[in-house]
Amino acid sequence: MNNPATAQPDSPFDSQVVATAARPTRPMYWSVRRELWENRSVYIAPLLVAAVVLFASSLSTIFLPRRMGAVSALDPAKQYASVVTHYRMAPAPIMLVTFLVGIFYCLDALYGERRDRSILFWKSLPVSDRTTVLSKASIPFVVLPLIAFALSVVTQVMLLMLSTMVLLGRGVSPATWWAEVRFFQGLLIMCYGLTVHVLWFAPIYGWLLLVSAWARRTPVLWAALPLFVIALVEKLAFNSSHFGSMLKYRVIGAMAEAFAVNPQHGGGGNIDRLSQLDPAKFLSAPGLWIGLAFAAVFLAAAVRLRRNREPI
Amino acid sequence: MACIEARGLRKAFGTTIALDGVNLRVEEGRILGIVGPNGAGKSTALHTILGLTPYQGELKVLGRDPWTERDLLMRDVAFIADVALLPRWMRVSQVIEYVAGVHPRFDGAKAESFLAKTAIRRASKVRELSKGMVAQLHLALVMAIDATLLVLDEPTLGLDILVRKQFYDSLLNDYFDRSRTIVVTTHQIDEIQDVLTDFVFINGGRIVLESSMEAFESRYLEVMVNPENVAAARAFRPIHERPVFGRSILLFDSADRGQLAALGEVRTPSIADLFVAVMGHEAGEAKEHLHE
Repeated sequence: MNNPATAQPDSPFDSQVVATAARPTRPMYWSVRRELWENRSVYIAPLLVAAVVLFASSLSTIFLPRRMGAVSALDPAKQYASVVTHYRMAPAPIMLVTFLVGIFYCLDALYGERRDRSILFWKSLPVSDRTTVLSKASIPFVVLPLIAFALSVVTQVMLLMLSTMVLLGRGVSPATWWAEVRFFQGLLIMCYGLTVHVLWFAPIYGWLLLVSAWARRTPVLWAALPLFVIALVEKLAFNSSHFGSMLKYRVIGAMAEAFAVNPQHGGGGNIDRLSQLDPAKFLSAPGLWIGLAFAAVFLAAAVRLRRNREPI
Repeated sequence: MACIEARGLRKAFGTTIALDGVNLRVEEGRILGIVGPNGAGKSTALHTILGLTPYQGELKVLGRDPWTERDLLMRDVAFIADVALLPRWMRVSQVIEYVAGVHPRFDGAKAESFLAKTAIRRASKVRELSKGMVAQLHLALVMAIDATLLVLDEPTLGLDILVRKQFYDSLLNDYFDRSRTIVVTTHQIDEIQDVLTDFVFINGGRIVLESSMEAFESRYLEVMVNPENVAAARAFRPIHERPVFGRSILLFDSADRGQLAALGEVRTPSIADLFVAVMGHEAGEAKEHLHE
């Protein structure tokens, strides 16, 4: 089927190779936007939770003076304590839901495109597998933490304004309340906490992305089952539970490694001072670096798998 | 430089051999039809060309190795598999925006003007479109890409005949020129016989027959003969024979046109008929081997 007529020296291939820089493209940017178009739960779920937190906390704040009634009407300290708790706790559910959304997002990220066959369309475009996998990883690693941070800040600002108005309405000066809240310090702690957790959870997200690139069905099961099996085998064979405690350490260990907390009062609610942040301890924790190494390996493997994968 | 050049292309899925030493050379400006029964290796062949699957052997597409350079290759290659693969959740406007954002050779205005001629609304989601509309949308995207090679894998599967016709008309009139190359697989091979410049038959992962249309038209002929002339016609050793309304149609490979014309009406066969003849022959041979 050779066509001698086309054997000219200046075939269009050559000229087009030169003209390759036709239009600037931003594959990474558009791939991330694409993810947000497809997975609206990434911002809708945290938004809903933030709305619920705001609604419930404002109810409590508004009815607070009435509830406390005459008994402690003259004891603003107790009112402060309650409002401060609401204010401090507001980001916790928002961050929890972004973590959960991240888990479910990762499990579906490289699995859904194979199931609905759209992977063939994505692969027909000049976007590398590495860009695709990294753009998907950026959702739990960058986008979700940013959303959690922004929504937490907005929620806290609104709670702050609301409680100030309520206090002013009661004729109480909000100055003490503001001093107690330490808004900017809170922002810093939140930033630190989110960063620490993203880094700490990195292997979890990496593992989930890897499984979603690999599994032919039920990625949830494939993500969890091997861990259970390893733990079970270890228990039965050696009557030990190192693997289990390693997993537990991965899930909840960040608090202990990154903050100077009194173990008896463990939990995020108690962190309210900058002095409790311990970045030096966190950065020197082997668990952090081992985890990051695992995350890198998982992601690299996911890129390789994605290259091989076909619709299921 | 050939657009596609494959030597000894092999691909196995476990113990199933999908491609068994395929040699193929497609020059630019050709429209190649790949014809074969289900499971013959057509899609696998296209997937190796597109860098969607690893392979053994030598393969260069536009001078690149598709497996290691898929993302670079896809700047110059456009691909339509069946209509099911556009993401169903995406809006038409998002599809165009996204492709414009990642493809250096995509002309969004061109896609829009093509879509303006259809009933597709930009705010619709792909899942809300009919199958025909999805095909139109995909075609609009591909036509707006200034690609050198277009690969079509059963692009009109499940579409009605009007849409199929429209699809190939647009492709030929608005898209194809001599600097582009098109590779297409389809089961409705008769519909695109006039479109093709070359075709290959593929079966069991091997190329059984390859030919340009010019060579095909001069080499093969078909004669419709009345029953009384069948014996005489058979003397010219037809490669296939089928009865039609009491008469017989005999298919010949490199036979004497003048002598056969005396026996009945001579015409160019359809690729589909040749396909049936060649594949029937292959099956017969296989059977003989079994009996030996």
